[in-house]
Amino acid sequence: MTEEQTKSSPPTPNGGSNGILVPTRLRSAGLAGVGSSLLRLRELSVIIVAIALFAYFSIHSPSSFLSKSNFSNISDFVSAWAIIAAGEVMLLVCGEIDLSAAMTYALTPIVMMSLHGNGLPLFVAFLISLVVAATVGLFNGLVTVFLGLPSFITTLGTLFLLHGITLKISGSNPMAAPTEGNLVQALGGWKWSEILWAIAIAIAMQIVLTNTKWGAYTIATGANFVGAAEAGIKVRQIKIRAFLITAVFAGFAGTLDGIHISQSFDPNGDPNLMFTAVAASVIGGTALLGGSGTVIGAFFGAALLGILQDGFNIIGLTATTFVVVEGAAIILAMVANTQLTRFRQSARAA
Amino acid sequence: MTAEQSVSAGSAPVAIRAEGIAKRFGTVTALSNINISVAQGEVLGLIGDNGAGKSTLIKILTGYHQPDEGQIYVHGQPVTLKSVDHARSLGIETVFQDLALINTLPVYMNLHLNREPTRGPFLRRREMRKQARRYLDDIGISIPSVNAEVANLSGGQRQAIAVARSVYSNARILLLDEPLAAMGAKEGGIILDLIKMLRDRGDLTVIIIAHNYSQVFDVCDRVNLLQHGEITLDKATSETSAEELLDIVAKEYRTGGKLAEGRGRYLAEIRDTD
Repeated sequence: MTEEQTKSSPPTPNGGSNGILVPTRLRSAGLAGVGSSLLRLRELSVIIVAIALFAYFSIHSPSSFLSKSNFSNISDFVSAWAIIAAGEVMLLVCGEIDLSAAMTYALTPIVMMSLHGNGLPLFVAFLISLVVAATVGLFNGLVTVFLGLPSFITTLGTLFLLHGITLKISGSNPMAAPTEGNLVQALGGWKWSEILWAIAIAIAMQIVLTNTKWGAYTIATGANFVGAAEAGIKVRQIKIRAFLITAVFAGFAGTLDGIHISQSFDPNGDPNLMFTAVAASVIGGTALLGGSGTVIGAFFGAALLGILQDGFNIIGLTATTFVVVEGAAIILAMVANTQLTRFRQSARAA
Repeated sequence: MTAEQSVSAGSAPVAIRAEGIAKRFGTVTALSNINISVAQGEVLGLIGDNGAGKSTLIKILTGYHQPDEGQIYVHGQPVTLKSVDHARSLGIETVFQDLALINTLPVYMNLHLNREPTRGPFLRRREMRKQARRYLDDIGISIPSVNAEVANLSGGQRQAIAVARSVYSNARILLLDEPLAAMGAKEGGIILDLIKMLRDRGDLTVIIIAHNYSQVFDVCDRVNLLQHGEITLDKATSETSAEELLDIVAKEYRTGGKLAEGRGRYLAEIRDTD
C-alpha cells in the first residue's frame, strides 16, 4: 500500500512524472487545437459560402447588387429569419422545435397594433404583445414537457390555433402600424434597425449558448436528458425556457416587420418563415436531433439564404429556382455536417 | 463486527450501514433481510447473480426506492433516504456506467456539470479547465485533453470520467453499478486502477456491484455475496477466493436442480475474465 502510494502520488505535487505527463499533454493540446478549429469550421463553412455567393453576385451585377437599397433589401429578408432562428437554435439544441413560430410572428404585431389602435401607448402595447408571445411559448413548453407530447405535435396545434386567433383579432384584414416616434424608428421604422437587432440578438444568444450555465444546460438537456436530470439540472425548466424565448423572438421579429412594412401587415403570417429559420439553423451547423448548435452559424445561414434569394432576383432567376436551391442547400448542409462529425471522430481516434 | 471485517476495515468508523432491509414489490420479495456495513475508506464488492436483488439494494442505498423494513445509517446517523437528491446531499453518489455524461460537451464541462464556477453570468472556462486538468492528473486518469468531447473518448475513459465526476462532486460514499460491464481487459484496467487509487487515498467508501468475481477480487477489501435477497457470505477478500464463491453459487444451483446450466455459465464467466 505504501509502495503504491509513493508510486501514484507524484503527479499531485508536479513531481517526477511531469516529464511523462507534459509531452502527452502538449501533443494532445495540438490535436485538440486541430479538433476545435474543425469544430469551428462548422460555422466557417457557412460563412465562406455566404461570402463566396456575395462575391459572385457582386462581380456578376455590381451596379444592382452592390447598392445601398439592395443591401437594405437583403437585410429585410435576413432579419426575421435570423431572429427566429436564434430562438429555434436554442430549441433544436435541447431537442425540440417550434412549428408555430411563424404564427406567433403574425399574432404579436397584430395584438400590438390593435391595442395601440384602441388608445394604449405604443410602448405599453408593445410590452403587452411580447407578454402574449411569451405566453404562447410558455403554453408550448408546458404542454410539451408536462403532458409529454412531441413538440412537433404541440406546436403544429398552436400553429393553427394562433392563425385562427390572429385572423379573429384582425378581422382577416391587413393592419396598419404606427409610423411616428423614436420607438417606431427603433422597432423597424429605420431601415437598418431590423438587421442591427438581428445581429445583436445573434451575438447575445451565441454568448448565452457557449458561455453561460443556461447554454451549457441547454446542450446537456438535448444531448442526454436523463443524464442531465440526474446531475441535478432542471431539464424541464430548460426546455420551457427555450420555447419561451423562441416565441418572444418570433413575436419580436413580427413586430419589427410589422412596423417596417407599416401599411399592411398580413395577419396570415408566412408559414415559410419558420421553415426558413430552421433551414438557416441547420445550414449554419445546428444538429436537428439536439445536443449541439450555433446561433452565429444560424445567422450566417440566414444571410446565405437571403443573399441567394436576392441575387437570384437580380440575375433574373425565378423564385421557384430559389426554392429548389434552398432545398438542395439544406440537404447538402446536413450531409456535410454528419460527414464532418464522422471525420472529426475518426481524426480523434487515430 | 465479524473478525474478517476488522482485518480490512481496521478501526475506521462505519460509513454506511443497512440493518434488516426488506423490500417487496407486490407479492415478490426482492430483499428479505439485508445487513451490510462498510467502513470508511473500505471497498466492498457486492456480488450476485442477475435477479439476486443487487439493483434493488443499490436503489435503496441511493434513495431511489424506500425499504419496507429496516434502517439505514450514514456515518452513524439513522437516515430515511427520501430521494436521490437527498442521498446525494449526504455524500452518497451512484455511477450507473457512463450514462450520465454529456457526449457533446468537453471533459472539463462534464466534470463541473451543474457545479460550474461563474463570474457574473459567465462560465469561468479557464478556471474549469485548470481544475479539471489538475484533478484528473491527481487521480491518475490519462485522457488526450480536458477539451476533448466525451463522445470521442473510449468506453474506459468515459467510465473513468463518470467516476471522477462523482468523486469530484464531494461523494463520500460511491456506488458503482457494474463498472466493468461491456469493457475489455485494457479498458477495465483503467477503472480498476482508478478504484485502487481512490482506495489508497483512504477517505472514500466504495461499493462495487458486479457479477464478475475475479475482477472484483482485485480491488475489494471485502466481498458480500447476495443470493435471493439475502447476504449469504461476508468475508475479507484475503480469506476467500473466486473459486469459493463459485462453489457456493454452484451449490445453490445444484439444490435448485440447475447444476449443469449454472456451473457452465459461471465457468464460462470466469474464463472470460482471465
